[in-house]
Amino acid sequence: MELFEMSATQLLALMKKGELSSSDITASVLKNIEEKEDKIRAFITPTPALAMKMAKEADQRLRNGESVGRLNGIPVAIKDVLCTKGIPTTCASRILSDYKPPYNATLVQKLLEEGAVIVGKTNMDEFAMGSSTENSAFGPTRNPVAPDRVPGGSSGGSAAAVAAGEAVVAVGTDTGGSIRQPASFCGIVGMKPTYGRVSRYGLIAYASSLDQAGPFARNVEDCALLLSVISGHDPKDTTSAPKPVPDYVGSLNKDIKGLKVGLPKEYFIEGLDSQVREKVMSAAALLEGQGAEIVEISLPHTPYAVGTYYLIATAEASSNLARYDGVKYGYRADKDIPDLLRMYEQTRYQGFGKEVKRRIMLGTYVLSAGYYEAYYLKALKVRTLIKQDFDHAFQKVDCIITPVSPCLPFKLGEKIGDPLQMYLVDIYTVSLNLTGLPGISVPCGAVDSLPVGMQVIGKAFDEETVLQVAYAYEQMRKVLKVKGERLKTEGK
Amino acid sequence: MEFDVIICFEIHAELDTQSKLFCGCSTRPGEKPNTHICPVCTGHPGTLPVLNRKAVEYCVKAGLAFNCRINNYARFARKNYFYPDLPKGYQISQYELPLCENGYFEIEGDDGQPYPVGIKRIHLEEDAGKLVHSTKSFDESTYSLVDYNRAGVPLIEIVADHTKNPIRSVAEAKRYLEGVRQTLQYIGASQCIIEEGQFRCDVNVSIRPQGHEGFLERSEIKNMASFRAVMDALDYEIKRQVEIVESGGDLVQETRLYDEEKGVTLPMRSKEDAPDYRYFPEPDLVELDITEEFVQQVRAQMPELPQFKAERLVKEYCLTRTEALVLTKQKEISDFFEQSCQYCQDPKKLASWLTKELFRVLNENSMDIRACPITAENFGKLVEMISRGDLTEPIGRMILDEMFNTGKSPEIIMEEKELKPIQQDEALIGFVRQVISENPDAVNKVKSGDAQPLNFLIGQVMRKTGGKANPHKVKKLLSEKLVV
Repeated sequence: MELFEMSATQLLALMKKGELSSSDITASVLKNIEEKEDKIRAFITPTPALAMKMAKEADQRLRNGESVGRLNGIPVAIKDVLCTKGIPTTCASRILSDYKPPYNATLVQKLLEEGAVIVGKTNMDEFAMGSSTENSAFGPTRNPVAPDRVPGGSSGGSAAAVAAGEAVVAVGTDTGGSIRQPASFCGIVGMKPTYGRVSRYGLIAYASSLDQAGPFARNVEDCALLLSVISGHDPKDTTSAPKPVPDYVGSLNKDIKGLKVGLPKEYFIEGLDSQVREKVMSAAALLEGQGAEIVEISLPHTPYAVGTYYLIATAEASSNLARYDGVKYGYRADKDIPDLLRMYEQTRYQGFGKEVKRRIMLGTYVLSAGYYEAYYLKALKVRTLIKQDFDHAFQKVDCIITPVSPCLPFKLGEKIGDPLQMYLVDIYTVSLNLTGLPGISVPCGAVDSLPVGMQVIGKAFDEETVLQVAYAYEQMRKVLKVKGERLKTEGK
Repeated sequence: MEFDVIICFEIHAELDTQSKLFCGCSTRPGEKPNTHICPVCTGHPGTLPVLNRKAVEYCVKAGLAFNCRINNYARFARKNYFYPDLPKGYQISQYELPLCENGYFEIEGDDGQPYPVGIKRIHLEEDAGKLVHSTKSFDESTYSLVDYNRAGVPLIEIVADHTKNPIRSVAEAKRYLEGVRQTLQYIGASQCIIEEGQFRCDVNVSIRPQGHEGFLERSEIKNMASFRAVMDALDYEIKRQVEIVESGGDLVQETRLYDEEKGVTLPMRSKEDAPDYRYFPEPDLVELDITEEFVQQVRAQMPELPQFKAERLVKEYCLTRTEALVLTKQKEISDFFEQSCQYCQDPKKLASWLTKELFRVLNENSMDIRACPITAENFGKLVEMISRGDLTEPIGRMILDEMFNTGKSPEIIMEEKELKPIQQDEALIGFVRQVISENPDAVNKVKSGDAQPLNFLIGQVMRKTGGKANPHKVKKLLSEKLVV
């Protein structure tokens, strides 16, 4: 096994024993990046020199016997929507192509304080708007599992980097499924924590009431570790929750016997790929076999979730993206511009990509006088109803299991021409952003070698249960896999 | 044709906080451009606002001062528009659920009766930066620079209610503006320095022929830099509207800009061109719970408001209403007055000396009373001596000037300058005798029953003593000597 393939937990243990240095690990990851990046293109800005420097510092700390951070020496990739001081942070947009933030996002600061090694800034859909990482001003990222396919989006770069061993773990952001769906497509673990669990300070806003940063990892334990590092109240983000952060890693092993697991009937209907459905159902059966109780539940307002999401998200986006006007930072169209209005128009016309412009227009329309009540206000009301659906459901169950995506990873270019079809890909994920609830995507098998993810949804701020269920399932699958291979060998 | 007028103000006042509304940057004006800025107030990607508690306190204080209901649940909203001085492309303001609603401010109506002008709402919002053009006018400028020092400075907006006792004349408008400004200064919410843009307003004005039911289309006037400009703009605009109606024309709802140089209002945009600000709740800030406890805390810090203070001064110190109004114009002046009163038995004399002599010294030195080197105690003692007749007014003025220059007490100055009053009769009698012998004509006249020259003789004695004698005492002594 190459170093870049190992989990953070394994690597940390080996480093602690002195059998391995961060420089070894980082060099392995950087070499792997060099080999695969031409094909995958997970990064917008790789930072190999910085990474090696940070790795040496991490090694020095260990050698000096200092008390080191929880991620000391672990190569981490960061989605290019999170501000990194002095390192380009582009949001995959031309309008921020030369932007170097004067400050670190709180989450990035926490990674640095815990000794993480930054290997680069990852590709994404421009301003996190998309489900395929095709809407990037710097070109698409490819799925490491199937290079003719998309890695999902919008955090496709972070998911692909972790899946390909171009980073050990990564952080992304999730506004409508942008962590969970790419995790599912790339066959790794990805989690959207509860809204308010992780500080949004320094997360470049797409839709402020929906955005939440979270971890990518190749197993649930690493995911739990990274989550515990980035979580916590931040006085710079008043929407972050002043709640203590539990020991996510330490509580993974809790037995799931007797746990009530809900299956929402509205999620297993037409439009869901039958093979995906089958994988998720057998995952549920596996949990049931371990003593979990499977309960059918109803989330009746599910059909309105995607519509509601696109009204609220675009409304907020139209306002959030108003600051990119060419005046203060970023791209400015300044050739042959006679006046202020034309400067604005040309800057934004040239600086933003097609999907971003589409959403700004949608959102502006939604908030306009005469339409506000019919669209935005109505959407807020439906949002409340969807929240109530989950409140009711969680009176009966401890967690909910659903597919992450209704379809398998699709081919590059397959859906990009049809925005509406692309929007519907988010059907199982957007509700969690509307309600703020935590959800994880954990691999639950493959169809024609294409990964399928299962989503575990928890109560607000109950990331522990979500991780416990995902972990228990992951361990069962490991056992199954070993058994399966043994059977295969015996059969021969 | 006679016309009724209604005038409705939207007043913006910069709050007197140390730091900006949503970040820790200083609010101090007059520094070099773009020195009080940070990623938050320049709208850098990813930054978030954190609300300044003091600003909320000041806004609630203003709400209480203007008799508003304080909402126990308040919300911020984004007002979206593009302009280079607006870093985020939206202003964080309040729309639904402002902090304060439904109040009034009592002024003296033109009929002399108290008139409570309706206030619709008072809300909290952030200021924008400032554009500096390469020439005086924006259109002619080849370039413009932006200074974000002011961006994010907290403002309150006080919106009058045109349906509840609107202002009915330019004179009432003036009293309203002055009164609102005075109140904000009293409660310490804003310094309201007009020259520094800390107190600005837009004004809506509409008219109707007397006897008509409804008012005609209103115009909103912007761009007035002083009280003078507001009054001139109102005068002009009312006249303009009246002329249009009298000549059979129609008024249109529009926004007009005041051109101070030409003294006219000019059309800026019509109702149809009014911007759609696309207000929506600010998702970056949680909704604000204003507890009853918080309101009580703010209420407990409320100073006595000027109207009440003036009334009390009239009663407690037997001042005239005019005197009381002059003293209460600025809180610090009335405070100074009341503190001085502890050292002086003659509040009338004190009021007059404060508003005439102390103001003279302050004006000569362009100084605010807050910076005055004379303490209330020393001022009270000085006026007390004058009131008792121990000092003449001219010597009192001399001492006052010296007190201002040195900060010393009147007693010390009198000692140093040998201005101690001549108290003993024996000392005075020498001067009296001298004057009597030097002025036989006047003395004879007095002796023959003509009291007229007595004052002349008193003046002579006073001159010889260098003003240090008590003129009453001199008169008494002279009279005794001259009685046949």
